[in-house]
Amino acid sequence: MTNNGSIIRMAGIRKIYDTGKIKVEALKGIDLDIGKGEMVAIVGPSGSGKSTLMNLIGCLDTPSEGEYTLAGEDVAGVTRDQLAEIRNRRVGFVFQNFNLLPHITALENVEMPMLFGGIRPKERRERASEVLSRVGLGERLDHRPTELSGGQMQRVAIARALSMNPDIILADEPTGNLDSTSGSDIMSLFTDLWQQGRTLVIITHDPALARRASRVVEIRDGRITADHAPAA
Amino acid sequence: MNTNLHVILSLFATSSRLQRKRAYLTVAAIAWGTVAILLLLAFGEGLKRQMDKNRRSTGENIAVMWMGETSKPWKGMPPGRPIRLRIDDLELIRARMPQLKSVVGEVVSWRTALTYGRNTVNGRVIGTNVEYGEARKHYPQPGGRFISPEDDVQRRRVVFLGDEMAKDIFGGEKPIGKTLLVNNAPYLVIGVMQHKTQMGMYGGPDSNHAIIPISTFRAQFGRDRLNNLLIETQQPEQMRAELKRLNEIVGGKYGYDPSDDRALPAWDMVKSSATTKNILIGLQLFLGIVGALTLLIGGVGVANIMYAVVKERTREIGVKMALGAKRRWIIMPFVLEAVVYTLIGGALGITIATLLVALTAFIPIEGNKVMSFLGRPTLSPQIGVVTSLILGVIGLLAGYFPARRAASVDPAATLRYE
Repeated sequence: MTNNGSIIRMAGIRKIYDTGKIKVEALKGIDLDIGKGEMVAIVGPSGSGKSTLMNLIGCLDTPSEGEYTLAGEDVAGVTRDQLAEIRNRRVGFVFQNFNLLPHITALENVEMPMLFGGIRPKERRERASEVLSRVGLGERLDHRPTELSGGQMQRVAIARALSMNPDIILADEPTGNLDSTSGSDIMSLFTDLWQQGRTLVIITHDPALARRASRVVEIRDGRITADHAPAA
Repeated sequence: MNTNLHVILSLFATSSRLQRKRAYLTVAAIAWGTVAILLLLAFGEGLKRQMDKNRRSTGENIAVMWMGETSKPWKGMPPGRPIRLRIDDLELIRARMPQLKSVVGEVVSWRTALTYGRNTVNGRVIGTNVEYGEARKHYPQPGGRFISPEDDVQRRRVVFLGDEMAKDIFGGEKPIGKTLLVNNAPYLVIGVMQHKTQMGMYGGPDSNHAIIPISTFRAQFGRDRLNNLLIETQQPEQMRAELKRLNEIVGGKYGYDPSDDRALPAWDMVKSSATTKNILIGLQLFLGIVGALTLLIGGVGVANIMYAVVKERTREIGVKMALGAKRRWIIMPFVLEAVVYTLIGGALGITIATLLVALTAFIPIEGNKVMSFLGRPTLSPQIGVVTSLILGVIGLLAGYFPARRAASVDPAATLRYE
């Protein structure tokens, strides 16, 4: 999108939470560039500012200071509804606890972002069943999340994240709630997506998952402390 | 706009599959409130109509006067002089006030023996003019008539009976055409009054007196002093001025201050019916407010449930926001849900209330003392409009506040933690 092909460009990003009595500076100046087709793992101990960074990357929150362009679009100073639109078109979320809506089917869950994206019902249905087949759940379209295993739920969530064909997939501890078998299945799925040319940002504790990334960004105490290729 | 509506309806359709039991309870609460407000207002309306009818049954546009005493000195004369009009004064008033619809005198004989066969009843006998029948709503039952001008001119011994009195004297027998004795003089019964429920009365209920021509009364009882004078105007708003004019005329003849309202104390029924009307409007307002408050409790119930729903679905709201839902797509399904509950409850309540009101139509009013005062509960179109408006407002309010809370959910905070 931009000249040098970067999707995420952050410069001097600070985030300060002001609770009235105390000010907490969660991010103390982050400069981060993520190019198209990268698979980046963001690692760090809890309290390091990972989640805050993820919220900012995902446009769930806006920085207190600094510049952020997502796929060439300036995110600073937009309204809540515009932010929602950016999330809808540009970001596919995958959460640790899946965050599927429990009372609707897998198909309807995958359709949800497309509903917000203004895509017609017929096309929604077709695209939703197509992405669900791609993640190996073509047989489970009409199952509700409660009727699926953890691994299957995370596949539905990934299908949902893919449905709007976003610029980045943003995953927050995607294997954290899964047993090791399902976890490695999901990791393989992420690797496949990467090989298909998608951009992935994964926040994780899991060294196995970090090893599969093309780049590892370490964060500690609100600052990036290391940025390198994964250790072999 | 179209997309908006489509999104909102789709979200509403998926979320309304949840919480069936809650939906039923909510709808029931609103239905109950609606039934309460409708029944209260319907009773109020029925009472108003019945009281209006009963009020009119004594007479409309009339004023009744008693013979009083002066309370102000006048041209050297002290206060405290009794004023007693005579039957002949009626002609004077008619001549000087031709614009009046009628001028009627009443001469009363209390506790007079009315005898038929072996049965004697002591009651009121009133000698009066022919116009009394119309002015005081003494309508004859089928087969009878009120006293006529000829009766008056020829001083006929004819009597028109109140319905209760007729029953007391004749029991089950048909009175018309029979002869009874009034203080031992034979009178022909020419008519019996149709039953009416009276709101206001003087001397006693109309159903319990006997009417004879004023000329006959004078001949038999030898009295020509009036007990009451009654005037009837063409239009209600003329009454005040006519009463003033009357006092000027009568005051001129009998010598009293025309502004002295104790000489001929008057019961202005036009004025008192305006008061009654205001009381009834007040009563209906009160009933409406009670009903509206009941309905409001239903509304609070809806709001409460919507609040609980919002709280329960906080995570879901956060997820939807993360996936790109705009504020209105979060808010509107909640508002819609509340409005739909309210409307279904309202429709149900209106149906139940209408059925209940329809059922009261089977309770007979005639012969039922309570019903003849309460009247029949009536649902008027205005009541329907008022109820619908209140329901609409409550639905919107009950939806709006919880929805606002829903939209204030911070997606970043709700997504990550259990």
